[in-house]
This record gives sequence, structure tokens and C-alpha cells, in this order.
Amino acid sequence: MRIGDYKVSYGADEAVFRTGTVRVWMIVLFLAMAVFPFWAGDYLLYMANLTGIAIVAAVGLNILTGAAGQISLGHAAFVGIGAYTSAILITKLGLPFIICLPLSGLSAALFGVIVGAPSMRMKGLYLCIATLAAQVIFEYLFKNWESLTGGIRGINVPAPTIFGFEFNNEFRFYFITVPVVIIVVTAARNLFRTRVGRAFIAIRDRDFSAQLMGINLFRYKLYAFALSSFLAGVAGCLWVNFIKIVTPEHFPLHESIRYLAMIIVGGLGSVLGSIFGAIFMTIIPEVLKSMLNIVSAFSPDAMAYLSPLQTVVFGLLIVVFLVFEPHGLAEMWRRVKDYFRLWPFEH
Amino acid sequence: MWFFLELIANGIAVGGVYALIALGFVLIYKATSIINFATGEFMMIGAYFFYTFMVMLGLPAIPSFLLVMLGSAALGFAVERAILRHMLGQPTISIVMVTIGLSSILLGLAELIWTSDFKNFPPLFPRAPIIMGEVVIRSNFFWGFVIAMAAVVVFALLFKYAKVGVAMRATANDQMSAFSMGINVRTMFTVAWSMGAIAAALGGLIIGNIGGIQPTLGMVGLTIFPVVILGGLDSIAGAVVGGFIVGIVENLAGGYLHEYVPGDVKELAPFVVLVLILLIKPYGLFGKEEIERL
Repeated sequence: MRIGDYKVSYGADEAVFRTGTVRVWMIVLFLAMAVFPFWAGDYLLYMANLTGIAIVAAVGLNILTGAAGQISLGHAAFVGIGAYTSAILITKLGLPFIICLPLSGLSAALFGVIVGAPSMRMKGLYLCIATLAAQVIFEYLFKNWESLTGGIRGINVPAPTIFGFEFNNEFRFYFITVPVVIIVVTAARNLFRTRVGRAFIAIRDRDFSAQLMGINLFRYKLYAFALSSFLAGVAGCLWVNFIKIVTPEHFPLHESIRYLAMIIVGGLGSVLGSIFGAIFMTIIPEVLKSMLNIVSAFSPDAMAYLSPLQTVVFGLLIVVFLVFEPHGLAEMWRRVKDYFRLWPFEH
Repeated sequence: MWFFLELIANGIAVGGVYALIALGFVLIYKATSIINFATGEFMMIGAYFFYTFMVMLGLPAIPSFLLVMLGSAALGFAVERAILRHMLGQPTISIVMVTIGLSSILLGLAELIWTSDFKNFPPLFPRAPIIMGEVVIRSNFFWGFVIAMAAVVVFALLFKYAKVGVAMRATANDQMSAFSMGINVRTMFTVAWSMGAIAAALGGLIIGNIGGIQPTLGMVGLTIFPVVILGGLDSIAGAVVGGFIVGIVENLAGGYLHEYVPGDVKELAPFVVLVLILLIKPYGLFGKEEIERL
């Protein structure tokens, strides 16, 4: 049971990590993340990098959809814009990775504002369909603007170098991904303690009331689109530098839906939820694969069912979470924590 | 000139099918305010039902057809009862995502049951193309159009005159008053889902008959969004008009633009039109403008 939680200043009450226990656990977490790459093999590191990149994108989508309440079916397209911007800047202009990272974000943010502009007049389902149209149109551009994007062959990117040090394998790239994830998560967590973040939540809860309280709806919706696609762009830049090739097939509508599924399963509007969701949705297909691997020892053609089973499980997860746990894994986590916080006095 | 006319004629033929699918979509939206992202998968499942009854079980065409309608109605019923009923009153994002999740489940199940191989229906209609003046239409298109239009008319009449149709309209109009007039609103939700599923399945059957079936047939369902948004999500007349517009635009773009624009203009064009329409009329051509009060 948590005791001695007594605050004498506003600063202590507003702090992100409010108690000593939390701070200790955070240090443990950081240590674990620092030790992880030395312990894990290439495959685990590969997954860790992908998960980290997914976390960045999911946090971005959660700002737009979870916090500000604007549904986007085009998030993968913004990740794609970031990836292509980075690939083009690196291969055609030879810019270094460290400059490409923010530039990819900015270019995605620019397109985010363009796609978000109709939100001045539309909302809800109509806006949702408008973002679907954006997804389709960008996908088409990736595929067909061959002089810029290389068409279906895509663009190959060399391994990123920072100050002469080449980040050319999973192990090394981990030390790019993790700092970026930490910065993004910290920034997002703090965003909701500022006017802008609070305004997003007000818009989600009731846009008219928010407007009456002096929030410029249009401007803040555009902020939400810009911020969200900025993070998507950063994720895209990381992704292309990690995978080293970008093709249009990497950013289909299904990918947008996967990001939405992450924040639904993780918890809408919660930064922690985005992290949980991204980890969960990246791990589940792998778990399924290893389960089928065990089954295929008994019936050899079990692996043929992998792809359809993954599709079914993916859909089931979304539906089951929405029906039984609409606040997602973050809420489950909170309940578990509460149980231990109050233990042994549950009631 | 004949090229133009032929494109228009084909556009109308395809547009009729879109209109039918969009009608099912609008039925569900009107009654329950749920936007059904699984429409495409309902189409696909309907087509597979037909394939199962006709090819795998060897039934004649007409009984298979009726069984497909029955099967899709059962599917819509089950989906509404098992999933959507729990989602009443939830925020838009949850409802959108639950139907997206549903579409993923249906797609995966179809791949498990029928495998992802490409399949064809046996020929249902005489193969000879229909010739009207200079315009030639493939017979599958023509008969598909006829069936789709017949279904649209039946649905429209049902909606206008049958007791259940009137009750559905009342529900869509005002749930509270519908309740107080003794209409079982929940039953109406179920009926709407069943009818929506039937309309989608018929559309899927026609499209499957034209181009063969495989689990990704549901991707056609994406084209339905430009159709319904064009007409306005809650307008039946809009769904029909939108269907024809999208069908024609698609064919004209495919016919005239593909020399100048690379790639699949045919699939892109409806979405470009969609964006333009939404910029000018944010609630579609016939949609009801939402007036909000605090």
C-alpha cells in the first residue's frame, strides 16, 4: 500500500513522476532498456526497433485520434511521406540523417495540415472518409510519381551515419530508436499538461463547448493534424533508415488500420496506451507464428494458415477490446497497479 | 462518339451495382448511425455463399440465389446481435473500428474456409453481348445491372410501403417517438443489418459474376465510400445517384485519362471526386446537414 504520499508544493503535485516508487521503477526501466541490446539477439533487436518505430507513429496517431478525437484512416500515408522525404533527401541531396529526421517530420506535418484543412467544415464520419481518400491518393502518388519515388521499385537508402559512425545493424540502430522514442514519449506526455494538449481533449469531449471556452477549433485541429503527422513522419524516417528500402507496398490502408488498432488496444488518448498497443500488436503476430510452428510439428501444412489466422486474430483483438475493454491495455494496467497500491485493503 | 457512349453505358451498368451496395450501406447508417466498413466483406461473403451453394453443393441458380439472401440475412443478424448491439451509444471511433475489425475477421475466415485461390462462377447468363445501336455491353454487366436495379426498386418499395419499411424510416427519423409509437427499435436495428447484408451480398454476387471471386473482392467495398459520401450518408436517393456518378466517372477516367496519367486512374478518380465534393458540400449532395445544439 502506498503511504507517505504527502505533498507540500504545487510542483510536487504536478510532477509527471509523483512518488519515489515511480522514480525507482523508471530507473529500473531505463536500465533494462540500456542492458537489453547487449543481452538480446539480432531477431529480438530487430523486433525492438520495429516496435520503437511503431510507438513513435502510434503516439502520433493517439494525439490526433485519441486526444483530439479526429479519426484518421491515413496515418500510414504520413509515415510513408516521412519515409519518402527522408529517402529522397538522403539519396538525391545527400543530407545527413540527423537533419533528415526533423525534415521528414516537417514535410509530413505540412501534408498533415493540408489533409486536416477540410476539418474546418467536416467532422466525424465525413472527415474520416476524407482521410481515407488522402490515404488512397497518397498511395497512388507513391506508386506512380516515378521520377520522385522510384515507382514500385522504390528507393534504396544507405545506412545512416552520425558523426562518422555508421548505424548499419540492428544493435547499433537500437541506439537511435530508443532515444527518439524516449524524447517523443516524454514530449507527448508533457503535451497533455499544456494548453494545446488540454485544448485537444476539450475538442474531443465536445467541440462546441470547447469553442465557447475560447478555443479556436480550426487552429487546434490543425495543430493536432500537424503534430500527429510530424511524429508519423519521424517514424517513417526511422523506418526507412532501418529497413533501408522504401516501396509503396509498405504503406497500404491496412497499415493505417494497424496503427488505429494499436491505439484502440492500447488505450485511446493515453501515451502509455500507445506504447502498450504498439508492443502488443507487434508481438502478437510473432506469437501466432511460433504457436503455429509448434503445431506444424504435428500437421505439416499448418503454416499455410498463418496469414488468414493473423487476419482473424487481428480483427478479433479489435472487436474484443472494443466490446469488453474500451479503454484498452492502459486501463488494465491501471487496475493491476491499483490492486497492488491498495493491497491488502482492496475496498 | 461510340467510345464515349460505351463508356457511359458501362459506367451506368457498374453504377447500378454500386447503387445497390450503397443502398445497403445507407440502410444501416440511417437506422443505426453505424458506418459499416465491413460492407466489402459482406459482398465477398455473399459471393462465396453463392459459389458454395451452386458449385460445391450443385444446387440450381435460383434456389442458390434465395439461399444466399437467407444466409446473408443471417450473417447480418448475427453480426448485429453479437457485436454491434454492444456498441450502441459508443463514440464514433469505436464504431468505425469495430466494423473494421469485423471486416478483418470476415476476410480471414473466408481465406480459411474457401482458401485465397481465384474462383469463377459457372456462366449464368447467355454469353452474347448486348448490342444497343453502336454500343456494346458485356452480358454480365447488362444482367448485373438489371438485377441490381430490380433489387433497388424492391428495396425502395419495401421502404416506402411495407410496414417494416415505414417502421424503419420512423426509427431513423426519431428513435424516441418510434419507441413511443410501439415500434421495437432494437428489432429495427437487426432488420436494417440483415437488409444491408442482403444488398451487399447481391452486389458481391454480381461483381463476382463479372470478375470472379477471391477473398480480396471486398476491396471493391472501398469504392462504396465515395458513392455514399457523394450522395450523403443518410440519403437513399443520394446512394443511387452517387452510384451512377461514381460508375460513370470511373469509366470516363479509365477511358480517357489513362494515356496521360500513369497507374490505375480508374480506382483513383472516385476518391478525387470525393475530395472535391466534400470541399464544396461537406455533407454530400443530398446528406442531411447536422445541426448541433448544446
